[in-house]
Amino acid sequence: MSGDPILTVDRLMMRFGGIVAVNELSFAAERRKITALIGPNGAGKTTVFNCITGFYRPSGGAIRLAHDDGRSIQLERLNDFRISKQAKVARTFQNIRLFPGMTALENLMVAQHNALMRASGLTLLGLLGLPSWREAEQRAIELARTWLDRVGLLDRADDAAGNLPYGDQRRLEIARAMCTEPALLCLDEPAAGLNARESGGLNELLLSIRNEQGTSILLIEHDMSVVMEISDHVVVMDYGVKIAEGTPQAVRDDPKVIAAYLGADEEEAIAVMESGT
Amino acid sequence: MSATSARPSHAAQPSGSAFILKKALISAAVALVLFSLMIGVRTEAGPQGGLIYWTRFGDLAAMVGTVFGGSIIIELLRQWWGPVDKDRIVPKPVQAAMSFAGRWLAPALLVFAFLVPVIFYNQRYILDLSILVLTYVMLGWGLNVVVGLAGLLDLGYVAFYAVGAYSYALLATNFGLSFWVCLPLAGILAAFWGVLLGFPVLRLRGDYLAIVTLAFGEIIRLVIINWQSLTGGPNGVSGIPRPTLFGIPLDNSDDGLAAKLGIEFSPTHRIVFLFYLILAMALLTNWVTIRLRRLPIGRAWEALREDEVACRALGINVTTTKLTAFATGAMFGGLAGAFFATRQGFISPESFTFQESALVLAIVVLGGMGSQLGVALAALTMIGGFELFRGFDQYRMLVFGIAMVLLMIWRPRGLIGHRAPTVFLERNQAISSDLVKEGHG
Repeated sequence: MSGDPILTVDRLMMRFGGIVAVNELSFAAERRKITALIGPNGAGKTTVFNCITGFYRPSGGAIRLAHDDGRSIQLERLNDFRISKQAKVARTFQNIRLFPGMTALENLMVAQHNALMRASGLTLLGLLGLPSWREAEQRAIELARTWLDRVGLLDRADDAAGNLPYGDQRRLEIARAMCTEPALLCLDEPAAGLNARESGGLNELLLSIRNEQGTSILLIEHDMSVVMEISDHVVVMDYGVKIAEGTPQAVRDDPKVIAAYLGADEEEAIAVMESGT
Repeated sequence: MSATSARPSHAAQPSGSAFILKKALISAAVALVLFSLMIGVRTEAGPQGGLIYWTRFGDLAAMVGTVFGGSIIIELLRQWWGPVDKDRIVPKPVQAAMSFAGRWLAPALLVFAFLVPVIFYNQRYILDLSILVLTYVMLGWGLNVVVGLAGLLDLGYVAFYAVGAYSYALLATNFGLSFWVCLPLAGILAAFWGVLLGFPVLRLRGDYLAIVTLAFGEIIRLVIINWQSLTGGPNGVSGIPRPTLFGIPLDNSDDGLAAKLGIEFSPTHRIVFLFYLILAMALLTNWVTIRLRRLPIGRAWEALREDEVACRALGINVTTTKLTAFATGAMFGGLAGAFFATRQGFISPESFTFQESALVLAIVVLGGMGSQLGVALAALTMIGGFELFRGFDQYRMLVFGIAMVLLMIWRPRGLIGHRAPTVFLERNQAISSDLVKEGHG
């Protein structure tokens, strides 16, 4: 693949006992582009995500993240929280994982933990309430306010996250991930459970994140209307291997993809793919 | 079932006379089995040392009959009452009055706490009890950091209490260090042990964490009992110096505070001093906890309680966050321990049994996990209320237990169940306890 990849996955292997969930998968996600990872249920998409974001340690292969400043980080050598802290990779979850008992604003404040910990002098300066800490806290609140506004939840900032409607929770989770100021945003099925209007709003949000923040996005999605409309590049997986990649248009017309999605019945598969656009 | 299947709202709750009768019969059968030996047969040592027994089947029948009738009445009441719901149990006006009281309760309690030595100056018993209550308030607030905020179930909290107490006792008796030097040292040592405990238990969650902390509490106690050369073993440490008011002792000597102020010496002076000392220490604990909650570390603790996986995805170091929670909680426990040692003047391993851990944990749970005011109220209820029930003699534990059960039915998430947000944009509104997680490790 040409261009300037931010994330390069090279022959990634993930075995669980005798089961090979991901087998020699290689793909790249380009900088400031939206890359979609699609495939039927059980294809190993979330496993790939968990490898990238440090929740699993890959059995083999390499995952390389190239930052804007030329820094290159081998993600497979970092574990869980360091991926987000040092490599600046943020993620959301297939089943929303907000902090339900905390307000929307608090959720976004927790996301800025590492920056705020530095500002509070590892708690000591903050305990004394020094002005430098107060300023940092105000800046953090402002950043949170900006993101709440971006996802249209400003008026619900002080409501418990668990009280928000499903679609709002999805958007709040994206806002929370963005508050960590990531270089790469990984979204696991962000449109799952959203209605047509909400997924339209999601498309706009993701495009604006790409265009305004310049954040690269990697997403897993089943909702073809989202995938086809916003992705710049699509990678298709089935049974742990890559079966196709390319532009949304090219992938949609690929017979291997159609076969993977709905067996051999191409007519039906085409109908599903078409309905998505 | 058939009688109720038409009513969807009660579909899961069978009613009808057959059901009630069946339930009452089962209860009566259980009562028969239980009471046939406890009441039906009475044994006693005879005059020759042999065992004599006689039967009391009349009492047994009465007992079983009461259970049978009571079960029917309770079941009828329950159906008449409808599903248990907070709105039903507590009428709306009472709730409104309580929320009004809630706003003024904390300041009122604080003012009252400051005035206790003035009001009850001549009542030594009340003063001693208040000091005890405040010690438990402080312990509760300390454990609240671990259990209430970070959601880590710690059954061995008394270990840090013991570490603090023995730190002060041994440093003071062996090296002659003063209370004010030892107090921070006791806190630091307890925090150190908190971190030491934290390391092995970091990977454990829920029940497993609880078991390991329980074991840790016992280990500390057993070490204290068996390390005779250092701790005096079961004999404990005695002759622990009393605290001084920045070097001025509170006794009837010529350098004593009473002599310096030119007033007549009274042993109550020291009690009042101890009271204000523990009040200050408890308030310090409270202040630090409230501040910490609004700092990133405190928010990370609460986030950890809510969802550990999400915390990791946000770049929060779960390991150090848990360790700081353990260390902070342990530090407050250690400070309270040092106070305990100086107040008692004598400590022994008997003061640091599992029962103490359970009591402090009960205070935190009863108070509403994470709520500072709730913990203070719970400590007052548990320690003060227990004294109140002294008049019930042998039924004291029974009455106390029933009161606890009723309270937990009425408020399953503790006295103060809701959570106050740490930061807000427009409205500072409490979060319902239904949404707040208890944490599981």
